[in-house]
Amino acid sequence: MGALLLIGTYIFPLWSITVEAPQYPEGLGIYIRINTVDGHAKNDLKNLNLVNHYIGMKEIVPESIPELKYMPPIVGFLIVSGLLVAWKGGKKTLYVWLAFFSLLALIGLIDFYLWNYDFGHNLDTEHAAIQIEGMTYQPPLFGTKTMLNFVTTSLPSWGGIAAFISIFMGYLAAFLTWREKQTQ
Amino acid sequence: MNKTMMRVVGVILVIATFLLISECAKKEKPILGSGDAASAVYVAPGDYDEFYAFTSGGFSGQLGVYGLPSGRLFKEIPVFSLDPENGYGFNEETKDMLKTSFGHIPWDDSHHPELSQTEGVTDGRWIFINGNNTPRIARIDLKNFETAEIIEIPNSGGNHGSPFTTQNTEYVVASTRFSVPIPQADVPIDTYKENFNGTLSFIKVNPDDGHMNIEFQILVPGFDYDLASGGKGPSHGWAFFTSYNTEQANTLLEVNASKNDKDFIAAVNWKLAEKYLAEGKGKTRPGEHYVNRMNHKTHSAESTLNKTVTVLDPADCPGLIYYLPTPKSPHGVDVDPTGEYIVGGGKLAAVLSVHSFSKMIKAIEDNKVIGEAGGIPILDYDATIAGEVTNVGLGPLHTEFDGKGYAYTSAFITSEVVKWKLGTWEIVDRIPSYYSIGHLMIPGGGSMKPWGKYLVALNKMTKDRYLSTGPELAHAAQLIDISGEKMKLLLDFPTVGEPHYAQGIPADLVHPNTTKIYELEHNEHPYRALSEKEARVERKGNEVHVYMTTIRTHFKPDNIEGVKVGDVVYFHVTNLEQDWDIPHGFAIQGARNSELLVMPGATNTLRWEPKKVGVFPFYCTDFCSALHQEMQGYVRVSPKGSKVPISFN
Repeated sequence: MGALLLIGTYIFPLWSITVEAPQYPEGLGIYIRINTVDGHAKNDLKNLNLVNHYIGMKEIVPESIPELKYMPPIVGFLIVSGLLVAWKGGKKTLYVWLAFFSLLALIGLIDFYLWNYDFGHNLDTEHAAIQIEGMTYQPPLFGTKTMLNFVTTSLPSWGGIAAFISIFMGYLAAFLTWREKQTQ
Repeated sequence: MNKTMMRVVGVILVIATFLLISECAKKEKPILGSGDAASAVYVAPGDYDEFYAFTSGGFSGQLGVYGLPSGRLFKEIPVFSLDPENGYGFNEETKDMLKTSFGHIPWDDSHHPELSQTEGVTDGRWIFINGNNTPRIARIDLKNFETAEIIEIPNSGGNHGSPFTTQNTEYVVASTRFSVPIPQADVPIDTYKENFNGTLSFIKVNPDDGHMNIEFQILVPGFDYDLASGGKGPSHGWAFFTSYNTEQANTLLEVNASKNDKDFIAAVNWKLAEKYLAEGKGKTRPGEHYVNRMNHKTHSAESTLNKTVTVLDPADCPGLIYYLPTPKSPHGVDVDPTGEYIVGGGKLAAVLSVHSFSKMIKAIEDNKVIGEAGGIPILDYDATIAGEVTNVGLGPLHTEFDGKGYAYTSAFITSEVVKWKLGTWEIVDRIPSYYSIGHLMIPGGGSMKPWGKYLVALNKMTKDRYLSTGPELAHAAQLIDISGEKMKLLLDFPTVGEPHYAQGIPADLVHPNTTKIYELEHNEHPYRALSEKEARVERKGNEVHVYMTTIRTHFKPDNIEGVKVGDVVYFHVTNLEQDWDIPHGFAIQGARNSELLVMPGATNTLRWEPKKVGVFPFYCTDFCSALHQEMQGYVRVSPKGSKVPISFN
């Protein structure tokens, strides 16, 4: 069941970053999907890149982010193996699967943080029109942060939520198996 | 001082105090009144108005867009007149919108905006407006608030009675104010009675794309035709046109065209006209006219010249037209929301005549004909009249309806709006206008579904109403609350040009459909540059084509060399932005035409003929970003015959 939920990550975005500013009352936003990055509305990514170029942030080009290529097969493997564990596996294989999943999730989050750090800190000081001493523009991993005139909110989206529920259900299954064994 | 004196002084003091108090009370009353009105028209910052109001520019040739109840001006849409502010009529794409059989006519006199309708209800698709001077009708698209099409009306002089719509915008109609020789000919003016005719034109509107074409014209006697109205409900299939100068005077009309007790409202059965057309009764006649349409893929106007029109002669088409005698030089003709009553505003009469459509049909069946004019039967006044509204004020012009059984008529000479009841013809209320009201407007007030909350009086003179601005003063619109029994003046506001007539529509029917950007991938302009990689400069003989892009916050290319005196330079500027409210401007020193204002995703072209050697700057004129002031470049112009090659970066 938890593994099936992961199918949701192919359909829905994993993470959502929204920025709001006085001149963007309707907000600009991007979705990080399993295989790409795109805008909430059709031209949001283009417009966010346009805004970012004033402060020297790198352009977000989905094609140049290798993780977006690796992620679909890795999650695919997780789903298939998860289903196999559920169908036939014993408690040991469940623990192994869960450990593997948790590790991947952790690596994913750290990787996402590192990308955010890179975008926020690695600024083009030669071409940026607006440079403010000591100012960096790293979006939060989770939550809201105000940077200059922009309020940036980063939260897991439906795909990400599905992944969290999936991992939670994995732990729940492991816990129940463990308790079953204790009561016997 | 004795006691009597003291008493007298006391009484005087009491009286004086009383007078003072009552004087104060008098002064405070209007302040309290205006306090109520202020809250009724206050639209808080960031909130939206309830209605759009579209006001004609009159002699400005344009169309104003306002909000109601606030009276705030949002936009002036260029229609018939050039607009150097955004390049309308100047740039290569839009200059053909103003093409006519007389050549490029860069101005007009626009009188009557008219919203498109479906089932008799304004639908927010398009708004039409007439060009009075060089007869034309324009269609404005209410998605992008831009002029989408202009059609010329041939065989017409003064396209005043136009462009009134039928119930489903099957047609917009047009009538000639001036009768003229048809076809035009070199004849003595005093042969008016023999040689001059009028026409009533029916312009078909394609329901899918709004494209207009002249389906047919009806040749009518040489009167002056004034205004028109489409039938609705039971009278759907008919259209009504007022006329004056049935005396057929050709000089000093002020006197000579005001002699007859009654002139005519022409009732035209256009469904029957369609039948006669199908039977081949229409004759192909000379009628040179242009149709200019914006192509929203190429962002360019396309002009077509038509040489002929189809003309119906009432002599060949019995039952096509009947004349309804109406006192006296009737101006407006307005059909009420039920489609039964046809109100004629006899501008020199002291009464308002209301014809009944069902009585008119009965009079036709019973052959209540009292004569004919130019072969057109004249019906008996008593057989068609439903009622007369007396004491309606002097100079009754126009009538609109609130959908609750009341009609509102403007009286020009007595400067007032008069409210009366349909059916009983009794006057129930009147309110002054400041000053000299022409048309009045209730949102949907000429359709089958009026939104009877506000009335806008459209005034010709303002005199002392605003801070003075020299001899030329603003015209004004005056907002009146008609939701209650008594009319209440809420606000008046000055307008651009002359608000001759207006239309109003609930904002919900227009606001959500607005175009925000043009999508770059659908830009099919022949000189587009869809990315900075496509930006370039090409020479073709003495023509230099600059394929230029704009994006925050630079032009590409921004340095151009190799241009020579005597060249014709075309700057084809594509705005690569895909964000709402980010147009870029383009202005170059010494441009004798205009600047450009390029919407996101569009391409506009400015023609520039450099006359002087030197280096000339160009820059963005629309404040687009924090680095707007850096958005600039140079063109180097070398002498004629110079060997400097084309280069750019």
